[in-house]
Amino acid sequence: MSESEEDMYDSYKSTDEEQELDLDEDEDEIFVEEDDTELNFTDVVAERNRKKNYEVEFNVHSVEGIVKSQDDEIIHVSNILGIQKQHAATLLRHFRWNKERLIERYMDDSGSVLKTAGVITDDSRVPKFMKVYGFVCDICCDDDNDLNTLALSCGHRFCRNCYEHYLTQKIKEEGESRRIMCMASNCNVIVDEKTIELAVSPEIHSRYRTLLNRTYVDDNEYLRWCPAPSCEYAVECHVPNTSLTRIVPTVECFCCHRFCFGCGLPDHQPSICMLVRKWVKKCEDDSETANWISAHTKECGKCHSTIEKNGGCNHMTCRKCKYEFCWVCMGPWSEHGTSWYNCNRYDEKSSQDARDQQAKSRASLERYLHYYNRFANHEQSAKLDRELYNKTEKKMEEMQQTSDLSWIEVQFLKKAVDILVQCRMTLKWTYAFAFYLVRNNQTEIFEDNQRDLEMAVEQLSELLEKPIEAEKITELKQEVLNKTVYVGSRREVLLEDTAKGLSEGRWEFQGFEELHE
Amino acid sequence: MSMALFTKRLAKELSDLKINPPVGIEIEEAETFKSWKLNLDGVDGTLYAGERFALEFRFSPNYPMESPEVVFVGNIPIHPHIYSNGHICLNVLYNQWSPVLSVRSICLSIQSMLSSCTCKEPPPDNSHYIRTARSSPKLTQWSFHDDSV
Repeated sequence: MSESEEDMYDSYKSTDEEQELDLDEDEDEIFVEEDDTELNFTDVVAERNRKKNYEVEFNVHSVEGIVKSQDDEIIHVSNILGIQKQHAATLLRHFRWNKERLIERYMDDSGSVLKTAGVITDDSRVPKFMKVYGFVCDICCDDDNDLNTLALSCGHRFCRNCYEHYLTQKIKEEGESRRIMCMASNCNVIVDEKTIELAVSPEIHSRYRTLLNRTYVDDNEYLRWCPAPSCEYAVECHVPNTSLTRIVPTVECFCCHRFCFGCGLPDHQPSICMLVRKWVKKCEDDSETANWISAHTKECGKCHSTIEKNGGCNHMTCRKCKYEFCWVCMGPWSEHGTSWYNCNRYDEKSSQDARDQQAKSRASLERYLHYYNRFANHEQSAKLDRELYNKTEKKMEEMQQTSDLSWIEVQFLKKAVDILVQCRMTLKWTYAFAFYLVRNNQTEIFEDNQRDLEMAVEQLSELLEKPIEAEKITELKQEVLNKTVYVGSRREVLLEDTAKGLSEGRWEFQGFEELHE
Repeated sequence: MSMALFTKRLAKELSDLKINPPVGIEIEEAETFKSWKLNLDGVDGTLYAGERFALEFRFSPNYPMESPEVVFVGNIPIHPHIYSNGHICLNVLYNQWSPVLSVRSICLSIQSMLSSCTCKEPPPDNSHYIRTARSSPKLTQWSFHDDSV
């Protein structure tokens, strides 16, 4: 890990941890090694031993954390380059927070970096309000002598009112933040954050800060907002985009939403993002159509056109190639002889051949439907299991009343439903995974794992649906606890195997030529 | 407050245009501060000499912080940056707008755009654009690839 990443991480630590670390500064190392819950990047080796193959390291940041880490970066760059903080901020934003590139390019040719980024570092011309005798504002044409005016370091001077209007328009109406330029035509000097604070109302300024935070996260490859509705946390995860074919970086926000850091979709382990995209698209395009085709049509034995029989007799003539055949047995019509209109030739050789051929071309469709139906089934079940949450809550109350179990002792039920829903999500995506997977010796282990998890999930699901009998509560609790642990461990085994396979390049996926170069 | 700036500024621009009109530019109609119509004459010695066009300016109350909507109406000039529905591909009307620009400076920019034209032909994607464009050119995502004309 580079020093800068460490710095970044350090700056993200919550204040609690920081205080603790400060106290234990002298015995920092010992402290880190002893504490199991502490996620510390300096302790990489120990961390790796503990971490499962399918898990990634990540941190969740509050808005305050996001603000602080921006400030730290700005101060750092401002010290290194010897420029004022607001200018360091503009430069960092211009370089999309790629500090290393900024510093390198700045050392190379500071003049051109400043020019393209729209920064003038002239300490003698710090923007401030002033009255200028004889000044006429080019925008509002006001020329009062006590007019307050403001100029950025480019020297283009306008009145205070116009500046406020302009900035308010940019921030409030256009949602602009880091690229607000001087009002003069053809001047690319950026209105720095200090000047904006000076010129706008507190309400607009707070909106401006929010927009800046948003772009900070959006511009940063290793940060992503939690996509859950109205959640304000951002997650930091150092898995680059280029690794997404070998890893499924699944993170969990403080709000409990689990999602993929790579694409932002809900947890889709064990399938990689690329496969998920393709599968979702295929299902949107194909699933309903494929279902209907499968149920209502057959294929011409000769040219394989899809034919729907919409009435009439069994004597079919393909509109495309004029092949005549029997709808019932699929054999050529010419061989039906005198038994026309009453097909009893189902088992004869030529009909059998025709059907075999048909079966082969249908197999790929059926194969897709096989996986799709299972995928859709788990999705549906997971929805029903969420309703189970409500039922479970009632059950938990009931348990507290009918037995001497306390509130804390009935929490196992909720935990069981949590695990159940999570396992269903995993199972769901194993079917997309399996659809694209090329079968070989390796895939058998995967299929066994999939089957084991599937069975365990269904058993736990059934158990949770059972009505509660007061005298059997202790037994039920034990059974649910055992099953929950078992289901969880099955999921772990499956994910461990698939993740390991991904990182080793053990899986081969069909239709992803880009993966196997 | 915004109304005050908007009306004050347009009133000033109007009187300037009346007192000191640029060559080949004339106010046709400016009854309200919502929209103005101006006539634009093709400059002598250019491909548009002797032709007269009409420009319509529509102002929002955020003018001049926000650019005006500017389109040709009626007789539309044939020009590689002007679509046959009157929309004009000119950066200062969109992302390069600055509040110091004015009706006068926009008219002059458009006039010079016409004058520097060497070949009277419509934009290459004209037929596609006019089928898909929204009514206001400000809703189009413009890309400005050619600064020479």
